[in-house]
Parts: sequence; C-alpha cells; structure tokens
Amino acid sequence: MLDLANQANLLDIRGVCRSFPKGSGEELLVLENVDLTIHSGEIVGLLGRSGSGKSTLLRIIAGLIAPSSGNAKCRGETIAGPPNGVSMVFQSFALFPWLTVLQNVELGLEALGVESAERRTRALAAIDLIGLDGFESAYPKELSGGMRQRVGFARALVVHPDLLLMDEPFSALDVLTAETLRTDLIDLWVEGRLPIKSVLMVTHNIEEAVLMCDRILVFSSNPGRVAAEIKIDLPHPRNRLDPTFRQLVDSIYARMTQRPETKTPAIEGIQGTGVGMILNHVSSNVLSGLLETLAGPPYNGHADLPVLAGHLQLEADDIFHLGESLQLLRFAQLSEGDLMLTDAGKRFANLETDARKRLFAEHLINYVPVMGLIRRVLDERPSHTAPAARFRNELEDYMAEDQADETLKTIVSWARYAELFAYDEQSETFSLENPH
Amino acid sequence: MTLDDILTPRLGQALRPNIWDAVALILVIGAMVLIVYGGEQTTLPLSALDVSPVSLDPTNLPAYALRTTMRMLLAIVCSIIFTFIYAALAAKSRRAEMVLIPLLDILQSVPILGFLTFTVVFFLNLFPGEVLGAELACVFAIFTSQAWNMTFSMYQSIRNVPKDLEEASQSFHLSGWQRFWRLDVPFAMPGLIWNTMMSMSGGWFFVVASEAITVGNTTVTLPGIGSYVALGIQKQNLPAIGYAILTMLLVIIAYDQLLFRPVVAWADKFRFEQTASATEPTSWMLDLFRRTRALRALTYPFAALNKAFSNLHLAIPGKLRIPVKRGPPSRVIDAVWLALILASTGYAAWRAYRYLSATLTPSDVLAALGYGFITLARVIVLITLASLIWVPVGVWIGLRPKLAERIQPLAQFLAAFPANLAFPVFVVIIVRYSLDPNIWLSPLMILGTQWYILFNVIAGASAFPTDLREAAGSFHLSGWRWWVKVILPGIFPYYITGAITASGGSWNASIVAEVASWGDTHLTASGLGAYIADATEAGDFPRVVLGIAVMCILVTLFNRLLWRPLYAFGERRLRLG
Repeated sequence: MLDLANQANLLDIRGVCRSFPKGSGEELLVLENVDLTIHSGEIVGLLGRSGSGKSTLLRIIAGLIAPSSGNAKCRGETIAGPPNGVSMVFQSFALFPWLTVLQNVELGLEALGVESAERRTRALAAIDLIGLDGFESAYPKELSGGMRQRVGFARALVVHPDLLLMDEPFSALDVLTAETLRTDLIDLWVEGRLPIKSVLMVTHNIEEAVLMCDRILVFSSNPGRVAAEIKIDLPHPRNRLDPTFRQLVDSIYARMTQRPETKTPAIEGIQGTGVGMILNHVSSNVLSGLLETLAGPPYNGHADLPVLAGHLQLEADDIFHLGESLQLLRFAQLSEGDLMLTDAGKRFANLETDARKRLFAEHLINYVPVMGLIRRVLDERPSHTAPAARFRNELEDYMAEDQADETLKTIVSWARYAELFAYDEQSETFSLENPH
Repeated sequence: MTLDDILTPRLGQALRPNIWDAVALILVIGAMVLIVYGGEQTTLPLSALDVSPVSLDPTNLPAYALRTTMRMLLAIVCSIIFTFIYAALAAKSRRAEMVLIPLLDILQSVPILGFLTFTVVFFLNLFPGEVLGAELACVFAIFTSQAWNMTFSMYQSIRNVPKDLEEASQSFHLSGWQRFWRLDVPFAMPGLIWNTMMSMSGGWFFVVASEAITVGNTTVTLPGIGSYVALGIQKQNLPAIGYAILTMLLVIIAYDQLLFRPVVAWADKFRFEQTASATEPTSWMLDLFRRTRALRALTYPFAALNKAFSNLHLAIPGKLRIPVKRGPPSRVIDAVWLALILASTGYAAWRAYRYLSATLTPSDVLAALGYGFITLARVIVLITLASLIWVPVGVWIGLRPKLAERIQPLAQFLAAFPANLAFPVFVVIIVRYSLDPNIWLSPLMILGTQWYILFNVIAGASAFPTDLREAAGSFHLSGWRWWVKVILPGIFPYYITGAITASGGSWNASIVAEVASWGDTHLTASGLGAYIADATEAGDFPRVVLGIAVMCILVTLFNRLLWRPLYAFGERRLRLG
C-alpha cells in the first residue's frame, strides 16, 4: 500500500536543509527543514520574498546543487545530478544566442541522443504547440522577450518531462506579455495538451501564484521555511477581479507581513538583529516619496498593500522592502497587509529638507544599531576615520558576502543623506569630515 | 508521391552549380595548389638551401611571400590547437589552473626572440640535415609569439560563461564534451577570433626576425620575406627593401580580405548579446560562398560530421555530478599537489642555478640588471613620448566620426605591419648623419607598437558619449580643463589597454632594435636587448638565459606594479556606461 502511494509522488522532499559559506567562513542557513511532495497533475507554486531560499530549493530539485542534509527524491530515486524527466524554464530564458530557435529546442533531445529525424519532428511539434510557428530559423536576439520565453518553454517541453520546473518565468517580461504567456500556458494545461504531468513554479508575484497554481507554499525568510500551504480551488480560467480571488490575494499579503512567532525585535524581512541586521538598499528619495504619498490623500496615513502596490506599479517584493525599511526606521508600521504611518512618519512628511535630514539621522542612530556603532567608533578615534573593512568583517560574521555588500551600500547611502558621516570610495574609509 | 519524389528535385537543384560556384571553386583550388607547392619545398634536405640561395630578384617575391604566409598560418593552427587544450584544462581543473595560469602569465612576458636560440638548435637536431627542422623552428618561434594571448582570452571566456546557460546545459543533460563544443567554444569565439587576428599581426614581426638566424656557427636562411629582407640589408639594396614592403602590404590585405573578414562576419552570431546590433560586419568573400549552391551542398557532410563530433559520447568529466560534500580528502590531495609543484619548482631553480653559476659570476648578474634598467628607461621614455604625440592626435581623430572611420583601419594595419622592415631606413640615416645609436636606435623599439596607443585612443574617443561632450560644451569647458576633466578620464581605460600592448611589444622589439646593421655597418645601443642579441650570436647560452630571465622579471614587475593597478583603477572608476 505504502509503495503504491509513493509511486504517485513525482517528487519527495524530506527535511531538506541547505547552507552556504558566510563571509567569515561559517555556514549561513538559507533553507531549513523543508518538506514538499508533488503529485501527478498539479501546479504547485513556491511563493516567497527574494532570499527566502525558494530558488535554492528549485535548484536542489533540478539537481544543480546538492542539499546539505535531508532527502530529495524524484520518481523514487535520490537526486544526484539533473534527474531524468525534469526540465526547467529560466527567468533569464537561458537561450544559446548562437543557435536558432529550432536548434535551441533540439538541443535537449540531442543530449539525450534522440535520432535526428525524430528530433526534428518532436521539435517542430513543440514549436507549433507553443505558438512559435514561422520563427524556426530566427536567432534569439531577433525575438522579443515574450517570444524568447516561448522558446524557453518549447525547449523544456520537447523532452516530455514529467515535472516542469519554472524559475520566475514571467518576471523578466513586461506586464502585458507576461499575462498573455500565462493564459496561453494555463489554456494548454487545462486542455491537457502539455506533454507533462506536473509543474513546480517559483514566484514572488502573489497574484501570479493565485492565478496559476493549485497549491501554494508560502516561504518565510532567514532561514527559508515553508510558513504555510494554501490550496486554491478556483476553477480555470480564473478572474483577477473575482471577490474570492481578491480575498485570497489579500490574505496572502497579510500572511507575508505577519510578525514571526519568535520573540526577537526583528521584523519579518529585516533579517538578523543588532549589528548583524541585513539592510536592503532603498534610496532615501524613494523613502521620502513614499512617506509623502502615504501622508497625503487618499491614504491619509493608512494604505492597503495590494492597493498601494497597484497604484505605485510595484511588485509585491519591492513594496515589502519599502515597508520594512520604513518600519525599521519607525516611520511606519506593517501589519496584516497594511502599512500605517507613525507619528514620526507624519512629521517627516511635513518637514523641510534640512529638518528631514536631522529626523532621519536621529532615527538611524536610534534604530539601526550598525549606524550607531560606526558613529561611535568615528567619534572615539582621534583621527575620526575608520576603514570600511573593519565593519565589513563584523557584518560578515552574520551574513554572506553579497549581503554585507548590500548592507554597506545602504549604510553609506543613508548616512550620506542624513549627513551622519562621510565615506570615501577610493580609500574605502568612513570619516566625520564632510567635504567643503 | 513517395518521399523520394519530393526530395529529388530539391536536392537536384541544390546541386546544380551557379556562377558563384565557379568563382569559389577557382579560389579553393588555387589555395590548394599553393599549399601543396609550398609544402613540397619543406621536405628538401638542408643542403638544397645552399644550392638555391635566397636571391634579391623581385620575381621570387611571390614564392617567398607564399612560404612566409604558410609558416604564419601553420603557426596559427598550432596556436589554436594549443589554446583549446591548454585553456580548457586550465578552466576545468582547479589543480591544473594553479600551475597553468601563472605559467602562462610568465610565458607572456618572456622575450620571444630569446627563445629562438634554443629552439633552432633543438629542431635542427630533431631532423638533422633537413629543411623541415629549420622550418619547424621558425614556425615554433612564430607560435610562441601568437599563442599566449589567444589562450588567455579563451580561458577568461570559459570562466565567464553565463551561469544561466551553464545551468541550462546541465539541466538538459549535456555531457562535458557536448558542453565544451556547444557552450564554451561558441561563447569564447568572438574573443578568440579578435585575439587570433592580433596574434597574426604580431607574428609578422617575428617571422621577419626568425627566418634568417645565426646561432653560434649555425646559420639558417629559409626562403621567405624575412630572409629576403635580411639579404637586402646585407647587400645594402634599398629597392629590394621597398619591394619587400610592397609585397607584405599585398599579403596582409589579401589574408585580411580572404580569411579574417569572412571569419569575423561569420562569427558575428556568437557575440553574446540579446539585441541585434546596428552594424553587422560584412565580407564579400563570405557572401560569395553563401551564394554558391553546389559547393554548399558539398559542405553538408562536413557539417554533419562536425555535429556528430560534438555529440560524441565521451566520458569527459564536465562537473555533471554535483559535489555533495567539500571535505578534508580534497584538502589532502591539494596539499600533496602543492608540495609536488613546490618540489619541482625548487628542483628547476636549483638546476638553473647550477647551470648558470658554472660560467657566470654575480657581476654578470649585476651587468645584466644594469642593461635591463637602461632598456627599462628607454621603454618608459618612449611610451611617454608616444603618448604625448598619439593621445592628442587620437582624440582629435576619434571625435570626428567620419575621419575615424577611415583612419582606424589604417592604424590597425600599421600595427600589423612588421616594423623591422623599416629598420634599414633608420640605420642609413643614423650612419649618414653619424648620430648616437644609443639615442637614435631607440625609436625603432616603438616603431611598430605605438599604433596600439593610437587606435585604442581613437576607439575611446569615438565611444565618448555625445551628451557628456555637449554638457562640457554648454558649461564652456575648454583648453586644459577640458582635457583633464572631460576627455582624458573618458579615454583612460582605452589608453591603458593600448599602452600595455605597446610597452610589452617594445620590450620584445628591443632584442632586434638595439642592434641594427646595414651592410657592414653594425650599430649597437647598450641595453638588455643588445645583450641578449649579442649572446645569441656568440652562442653563449648561459648569458642568453640570464638575459631572458632578467627581462622576464623586469617585464612582469613592470606589469604588476604599474599597468595592472592603472588598469584596475580605470576599469573601476572611469569606465563609462
């Protein structure tokens, strides 16, 4: 009985963890104890913020990287190297620019050693299916983004995989093109014309996940964990304006802005505490602009995130970053999918430039520990200078190198705006002197 | 209707020749005849060279040009094969990389002409009494001038293959072998072709210097343009030098049109970019072959063979298996590997020391170093002078697009032109006006390499954004301020690229340039180049080794301490766009 049940599972992920070396040489956990099962005939979405490890999980399933611990099985076999019966669609399309559309599509079959006549027939069939007729001899650079991603789909489908992996396949496309491609794909899926059994897609676009998936796994960040599993029972084709659809989107927004259970002063998304806090770079201009927008009508200090995202034409991920930065600086508060201005935030919106800078500086010192630390060190040293490497080393005790880069970049840009301290790019030193 | 009925008429039409076939066929057969003719000459015994010595009769020049060109092409083929193997090994194996890349770095700065001494002896002994040995020595000399930058370019490309394409080829189960031919090689192609062209240009300089060579009491004169020029110099025959220059001009134009332009036009599809560029390189030669019908049909089997070759199921480790754990065992092997490298380095150093200390004293080392610093001073002064002249000229040309379009190919051609052909002219002038060779021989070192500064500056100035120029204009920036604040930072990365090439070339040229002769007149400027050249002529191997080693060290230090930091600075701070 148990065996039979297992056979229906295309994919079995049990307790998978993955860590990467940090800047300081220790390991940084990006994926913690993930369980995932995929059955035949479903579209599953992995939804999460950037850095939540969902792409890492996809690459483990694709056999491109190995899990640090845990068990990943595809069709009952442990994954070691790209498994048979799995193919992948890439965010950046990953087409070979020196091969024509037809040659790109045939490539996967060539690697499998499929004989040339059959190769041609199958490639043409896949090209036909995905709506690329007439483009067979074109080179990728001659195609628009949407057409290129269609080649990506044709290339993945032509090998008739059981499981199709998609890594944010629509996020490099403009809104209209992405929507056309999504509906085309869903139509083919509903009509049963895709030569595949299941789909696993990674996305950070909440509406996209609700539009396409039968099941959504919401990932939380640092380390990446499955925070929730949501079943979507709406029939295809789904309507974005349908109240049930909207409600689902709202509830996922709310869930993703929820504070975590653990009792740390950290806010979801702003990772780590104290000096080890990872700061995502958001320009102070954008922050001021957002504060002004929130303070003015129609929001008057209180905005619903999906509405705000729609109004500002931002992806959910971007709006989360902005909201979290404001929350970190105590200019606004995130909860249940809403963003509310604090008193300080309202005050900021009504101040003149110099007063804004002073308020910003005050909040930086009080609420961003690393800013306070740098300022203190600079005050204490007789020379009032300190090499950036000193703080970078400290940051790298807590985070990976690129995260430390991003955090340093944020520190420099915020400190410059607040006129807290200066930074010289050439000598890579912080100092208290501002150039006159 | 059967399948055959459908296929036959179309295939028949594909095979029916058209007018372009006739033209292309003549070209192909002509090339084959020339190759066979040139090849026959190399299998003669060495004594045949004495029976029909090189003569200054200009009617011999086409045949000489052919043989010289064939040596060049053979060397290029060897360089390409070497590049594929060496670069692939260095890029794919971390442990091989630890040795191969520093080695390549050093080989790049070894004065190539210093090699000649050893290789001529080696190859002559390999094929005693046959022309083939001398030919191979010459080809090898050219090869050592061409291979390194090609290999570096390919290695860099393979290391920088975009991650998504790498993942795609893995996830579509391409084997390591397939991946190499389908991903690594095409991706490396544009850089490799550009470097091959540069190498071909650079090779002329060495072919002229290496066809007629004397090592100790062995003198070999291979029929070719180089020997022709050498004889012309010996006989003080100025018209002969003129003929040789003219022939060289024609040869360079011919292979540019017949070989490189078609290749560049064809390789345009390998350029890694996602948008079609405005101007695509064109070639009448490639168009001609693309218009042929029968000839193209004949190439289908080759295309199929090529495909089968790249799809061979060879078990080449291509990182198909993902490493699950990076643990201690690899550390142990690393340590053993490192120990092995250190041990063999130590042994080599000891052997070199033993060899050199048998005949040389510390004062010899000091002398060589002293000469080295004289040549170093020359290089610095010459690069400074060339920069002062060519940067303003290059900027002036580069900011005028119409003019730049016409001058740019000329500058590239001048860079390809073997400057040693022009040496006699200088020597005549120096002798006539009894000038000091220590000063007046020096310009010869940079004669051929200064053009790199010019055409890189032209390229930089042409690429300078119009909006920045307009902004500078609207703020009334002019004169000194305009140069320092606007244009010099803008062209800096390009200038550095040119100056690095020019300075490397000058070091190499010093071996030929510090010693020049015209008939019985020999002019010598004191310097490391002259030191190596004299030791070569005397067959004094320990001094040759010492000279080469000193030059190697100076060039490497010069690159590391000056050019690399400047280059990094330019890339980091001044790269536009």
